[in-house]
Amino acid sequence: MPKIKVPKSAPSLDMTPMVDLAFLLVTFFMLTAKFRNMEPIEANPPYATSLTQLPEKVMLISIDTAGRAYFDISGREVRDSLIRRMIMGYPNELRLSESDIENFSKMGTFGQPIDRLAAYIQGDADVKEALDEQSKGIPLDSANNQLGQWIIQGYAAYVGHAQVMGISKEELRKDGLRYAIKADANTDYDKVKKVIDVFRDKEIYNFNMVTNLSGSEENADAKLTNH
Amino acid sequence: MAEIVEGGGGDGKHGKKKAKKGSARIDMTPMVDLAFLLLTFFVLAATLAKPKAMEILYPKEVDDDKDQTKVKAFLTTTILLGEDEDEIFYYEGVYKKDSTQLKKTDLSKDGVRKLMLEKNKDIIFLVDQLKDKAAKKEISEAQYDEAYKEVVGGENAAICIIKTLPKTKYKNVISSIDELNICSVRKRAIQDMTEDEEADVLVKSTELNLRNN
Repeated sequence: MPKIKVPKSAPSLDMTPMVDLAFLLVTFFMLTAKFRNMEPIEANPPYATSLTQLPEKVMLISIDTAGRAYFDISGREVRDSLIRRMIMGYPNELRLSESDIENFSKMGTFGQPIDRLAAYIQGDADVKEALDEQSKGIPLDSANNQLGQWIIQGYAAYVGHAQVMGISKEELRKDGLRYAIKADANTDYDKVKKVIDVFRDKEIYNFNMVTNLSGSEENADAKLTNH
Repeated sequence: MAEIVEGGGGDGKHGKKKAKKGSARIDMTPMVDLAFLLLTFFVLAATLAKPKAMEILYPKEVDDDKDQTKVKAFLTTTILLGEDEDEIFYYEGVYKKDSTQLKKTDLSKDGVRKLMLEKNKDIIFLVDQLKDKAAKKEISEAQYDEAYKEVVGGENAAICIIKTLPKTKYKNVISSIDELNICSVRKRAIQDMTEDEEADVLVKSTELNLRNN
């Protein structure tokens, strides 16, 4: 009986197409990934079964357990226009150079009162951390409602930018700026309500509450028994 | 698995050095490893970072009672969210100043959900029918949206009022609304508790030993 020949050399497999594909995918994910800015706030949103994604064009107010409010709005051009509007509104408190304005437009969430914002933008990471620690968030009481100003000017900046981009009013109404609130699960409700009241004061009634997706039934039940 | 470099050609027997003829293959295994490592990282990082959101409509503030939408008492359930996480009570219909009217419930699937599923079962039945039709593509998405709105806003739809205290935990509010979403209860409102209700919640919580401090 003839012996079956066993090939001596290792079986070879051309891996080039696989490597091509792998790198193609790596490149795709690298380019589409958006790196999140360092956030000065720690807020773990509550769990819910909602599957709706947080909209892209969004004004986001974050609230931590201490009730401090933080502001964020998406879009670099919008932020650029927003900070220029704020400088016009608070010329004495807010003195910023062109490079500061650019830094602001790249920055993420912030929670500083107007008079400290310039120092916050100009400061390095250590300064920012120290200011965040001292901060009581953006003031929102009726005597000094800076959050209200940010909301109004943020909306105006967004609409201005949309007009430049040639987006019609009809489209804006359907798919315009959305308002999101991201509060920590353990925040007292009156602190969230205060922020909502600022919005309602500006005749904004529809909100997207940021939530974590509760994975499964067990998960949803675990959130209730774990405390 | 991976390609192993085999004898590259020139054997060097002759005095003249020959240029290598055979395949100049590189072992690609480390590169592939790295590529897939990066790929895995970006795939995971990309999908994990997507936050979810729940839409809530807060109605315009109305000054006096006569402007407020009159609700049918027998369709109304009021959920009272107390200060402590477990202080969740409900009553049906009109409020009577009496703490025995309050019934203890919770936010698990046997609590508010069971209650509201029962109360809203007619509407849920219609909603399920609609969803079925939409799944079979018998109606378009726009038609579905319109029909859905009509059904959940219907005359016999259950109404739910969530009442809060200043110290109510935000997560309880969100969980309650989430339960109402699950039960297709769209006629709902979030209000402050009245003083009488607050007093009743305190009585009931103390009775059940729910308040820690």
